[in-house]
Amino acid sequence: MPSMFSALEYVPDWLLTHGPAFLMALPLIMAAITSILPNKRVAWASTFIVTAILTLTAFALALYNAEVGTTIYKMGGWAPPHGISLVVDALNAPVLVLIALMSFITIIYALPATVAEIKPNKRAPFYAAFLLCVAGLLGMVITGDAFNVFVFLEVSSISTYVLVAMGAARDRRALSAAYNYLILGSIGATFFVIGIGFLYMETGTLNMADMARILADLDGGSRVAKVAFGFIIIGLGLKLAMFPLHTWLPGAYAYAPTPVTVFLASTATKAALYLLLRFTFFVFDPSYAYVADELLYILVGMGVIGMVFASLQAIFQTDARRMLAFSSVAQVGYMLLGIGIATTASVAAGYLHLINHAVIKGGLFLALGAMWYRFGITRTEDFKGLGKTMPLTMGAFTVLGLSLIGVPFTAGFVSKINLAGAAADAGWWWAVGVIMLTSILALVYIGRVLLLAYFQSPPVVNGEVVVRNEAPLMMLIPMWILALTSIFIGVESDAVVGAATRAAELLLGAG
Amino acid sequence: MSELFSQYNYVVVIILMMTGLYTVFASRNLIKKLAGLSVFQTSVFLLYITIGKVSGGQPPILIEDKGYGADKDGHALLDGPIQLAAGDGSYILPGPGTDVLYSNPLPHVLILTAIVVGVATLSIGLALTVRIREVYHTIEEDEIQNMDFVYNLEGTAD
Repeated sequence: MPSMFSALEYVPDWLLTHGPAFLMALPLIMAAITSILPNKRVAWASTFIVTAILTLTAFALALYNAEVGTTIYKMGGWAPPHGISLVVDALNAPVLVLIALMSFITIIYALPATVAEIKPNKRAPFYAAFLLCVAGLLGMVITGDAFNVFVFLEVSSISTYVLVAMGAARDRRALSAAYNYLILGSIGATFFVIGIGFLYMETGTLNMADMARILADLDGGSRVAKVAFGFIIIGLGLKLAMFPLHTWLPGAYAYAPTPVTVFLASTATKAALYLLLRFTFFVFDPSYAYVADELLYILVGMGVIGMVFASLQAIFQTDARRMLAFSSVAQVGYMLLGIGIATTASVAAGYLHLINHAVIKGGLFLALGAMWYRFGITRTEDFKGLGKTMPLTMGAFTVLGLSLIGVPFTAGFVSKINLAGAAADAGWWWAVGVIMLTSILALVYIGRVLLLAYFQSPPVVNGEVVVRNEAPLMMLIPMWILALTSIFIGVESDAVVGAATRAAELLLGAG
Repeated sequence: MSELFSQYNYVVVIILMMTGLYTVFASRNLIKKLAGLSVFQTSVFLLYITIGKVSGGQPPILIEDKGYGADKDGHALLDGPIQLAAGDGSYILPGPGTDVLYSNPLPHVLILTAIVVGVATLSIGLALTVRIREVYHTIEEDEIQNMDFVYNLEGTAD
């Protein structure tokens, strides 16, 4: 794409050189400043500008990475492995863009949403916690140092607990959901840091590339490395909502303020999935027997069970946000299946689904948030007649819902067909069957809502039929950006598929 | 058995870790769960600090070589450590070719960060418990779950 590269000419040199550090430092510093800004719109404007700059920086770094390949930034001038390095490569550049872009889209939507959901004196702290969360997610994705990952993981997690608990102004269950998330999230992060400790015992380094080199020299390492791997996988499994460890997720998604749900659903579990990829294929290697076993029995096993059971649970939910939350657990199963098959094509498909699902689920939660904003509804039975009362919102919901099911010419179709193709190529025909089955289950739970919305008349409240009451423009714009992105990826998938393939080739080698 | 005693640090780590984790899962009181979580996290601090200890190692401080001789293992015996980061005396750096043995300072630095994280988690958890107590008038998880269950049946209208 030569026309895209020329855009780099407009990017200042210092941004390309120091971009990786800038990407984490800017939201961290601005979080402190935002927290003392006067409430109302100033805090929002500051956050809006910060996320816009982050998005541009992430895009510039991704383009620069596509042009020159992997770049390593030495934090403070200390050379790795002793200093902390920030790495931008084909694997994390798309995730960085995703996190920055979703934070920007969420913030556009947050202006009307926070007015409805957050008390006025809590708005500046809300935006500060949001920026901290963004900084933590970007940091854990960009860093090349294993302990740094833990620190940023906790920065993002602790600010997420605060953000989820802020939903208490709307629904008191947000508090117990945030508490459960705190307990399970802390256990997950502690497991992760125990794993890092054992890995440090085995290798004597914290730099991930250095760890990978030493582990390869040791041929996978001793039992200490195996134990380390186990702890890291369980810790990350809790964070990314791998099937039996997902119990924190439905509550946190359902009762958090709607902008937080949008941002969490599209980035938090995705960053943890990125770390799973980084540790399984980059630090460790599938050629070690214990890693191959983990891929085959844990990731594929739990992924497939999660796909089926979470989809079934989604069908029986009465609350639309809980339904989509369970659907998220099921979609994580797809990604785990792709990673677990462990061919270049399947990992690329899993990675592709990671990006696509972030776009789809972010958009769906935006639409649900808009419905709550106008009518105060979250239950599926209240969807009656929404096709008439909120046609544009329901239109975006429909497009994204079809994309979630995997209808042709949508993003969901591209990643599911790639995943099914990769599974078939590897000879995993039963996995193709499971993908088809869970797509039908998705059709049931999305279709159920769509039928209510389009084929039932609007309800009668206080003797009057509810009339058309469309969501505000600030909510419709981000929603439709994501809906059109999902169609764009479905029709013109080369760029995203190319990025996913490059990421998989970095991990597994071409072919 | 003697191996257990010679590595008693790890035994303590395992006991603390399991006690903490069990407390988190077994107790239904929100404060007790947080206490268990803290014990669990503390066990990790001890694990890391144990990793950092090098048998016979000195504290990792730059020290002046005054020639006090060596101990029975052949490591230089240094009396009265003086920090000489800016000094121009002849001080000894650890590494190949020197006979000074330092403990590894890195795990201590890491654990400082982890302690901060642990304090932050605990304080957020306690703050949440205070809010839960205000809203639900209880900190027993079973009662909260019952109230949420009833609330779910009644509908979401506030």
